[in-house]
Amino acid sequence: MARRYVLIGTGPASISAAETIRSLDADASIVAVGAERYGYYSRPGLAYFLAKEIDERGLFPVARHEFARLRIEFVNERASRIDPAAHVVTLEDGRQLPYDRLLIATGSWAIPVDVPGADLDGVTKLDDMHDAHDLIRRSGKAKAAVVVGGGITALEIVEGLCARKVTVHYLMRKDRFWGNVLSESESSIVEEGLRARGVRIHHFTEFAQVVGRDGKVAAVQTRDGETIPCDLVAVAIGVLPQKALAEAAGLPCGRGVLVDEHLRTSDPDIFAAGDIAEVADPVTGRGTVEVLWNSAVVKGRVAGHNMASEHVIAYDPGAPLNVTRLAGFKITIMGTVGTGKDSDVQGIVRGDSETWRESGDASVVETQIGDAHVRLALGERTIVGAVVMGDQALSFPLQELIAARADAPGLVADLKAPGAPVAELIERFWRDWKVSSA
Amino acid sequence: MDWFRSDREKQTVLATACVVPEPSRCVQCGICSFHCPVEIDVRRHVWRGEPVIDSHCLTCGECVKRCPRGLLRFEAISATRFERPDSRAL
Repeated sequence: MARRYVLIGTGPASISAAETIRSLDADASIVAVGAERYGYYSRPGLAYFLAKEIDERGLFPVARHEFARLRIEFVNERASRIDPAAHVVTLEDGRQLPYDRLLIATGSWAIPVDVPGADLDGVTKLDDMHDAHDLIRRSGKAKAAVVVGGGITALEIVEGLCARKVTVHYLMRKDRFWGNVLSESESSIVEEGLRARGVRIHHFTEFAQVVGRDGKVAAVQTRDGETIPCDLVAVAIGVLPQKALAEAAGLPCGRGVLVDEHLRTSDPDIFAAGDIAEVADPVTGRGTVEVLWNSAVVKGRVAGHNMASEHVIAYDPGAPLNVTRLAGFKITIMGTVGTGKDSDVQGIVRGDSETWRESGDASVVETQIGDAHVRLALGERTIVGAVVMGDQALSFPLQELIAARADAPGLVADLKAPGAPVAELIERFWRDWKVSSA
Repeated sequence: MDWFRSDREKQTVLATACVVPEPSRCVQCGICSFHCPVEIDVRRHVWRGEPVIDSHCLTCGECVKRCPRGLLRFEAISATRFERPDSRAL
């Protein structure tokens, strides 16, 4: 009998797992279950949809008939229960899906804000396609918006609303944007870029309540008693991995569902991938959560492989990387670059990795090279992290060196010297390293 | 600014190159495919980690320029290094 695979979730982890399973098992039954009525689309692409850079149709990477060609069946319904003993997933409409191997890839969802007035009409977020439609619809009438939160999603909303000619007030609790990942200079560059777009930045400003009129947003009141009139309030204070289904099934969970390096949960037939997977380091046992598109794709491929093959492979997180655009500047963040907490965020945000905030006592070199602002976090023998803003040429060799944990005590020492020619040193080392490691 | 290429190398690349992706940076947003004037699905090439070896490609650079994450570049490579995609891949 053909093996039955059920995948809960329809995001990148599920899709890459399904593709991998099909490449290994031509006869398998593969069913992907999800309540998201839009199915598989580029969640990060919603930022460009909101900013009018792409139309909705362009956000769907795979046409339905292509899934049909690979015989991947989609069920548009919420999974309500997993019975590990019986190997059955029950859907909200009562249907039951028996499985031989199960993948949990339920993703993460925005943390709701807990202030008076948060339930008023006009308090929004940017979690999914539905939210993007809602923001676009509301921005057509809105004159002013208040955005609260931190990280990439907050800025996606800010920039999207600016592109739609809404006056945006961006509230931050402390003195700067994304203070536990970016340096003061990087935050300053981003904030200058926002101001150039007309964004009104309010530092040291805490959101106290949303004031309504006739059930709709009319203003935001701050803890200092300031009132900011607005028609729209958008919140991006972090996301939570959706682990309730796994917890109810008795699977051990921390911040996400606990999995080993093969992405297997405590149940040998149940795997987890994507934002939900808290992957244990095989040496330290410490779990890490990442809310990154590419990590989700890679985890999906590893989980799919291990679900379908007897020869298991391990997930290597390498150096978590994200490239994004903040206030018009391309920025690559990789490895460990920051530390501590961001008071505008609870836990983790989209496009974020917990690893980024583990730089500890790394030495920092920060410099401007042409059109690039470059910051390096240096360990004793390796480059442990980097942030490259603007021109991205240097980010490619840095990505390779950091991911490979290239042993480079000489380079590290040279980079720490005052006035060191950073780009030239990295380029020369990288070229030699490529040759020697080929 | 491009520290790593001489002008001669850049001209050679433009004459003989194709678009090469760095897939780990891609979020499948589709802006590359959206802007391709000859409707090549650049995004799909990136998902598969393949260079855009397509006789229709004009090497106009729209996808390279528009990618918000800067993951596409022109590079001179041999088309024979790459096999046709697996029929069991998306």
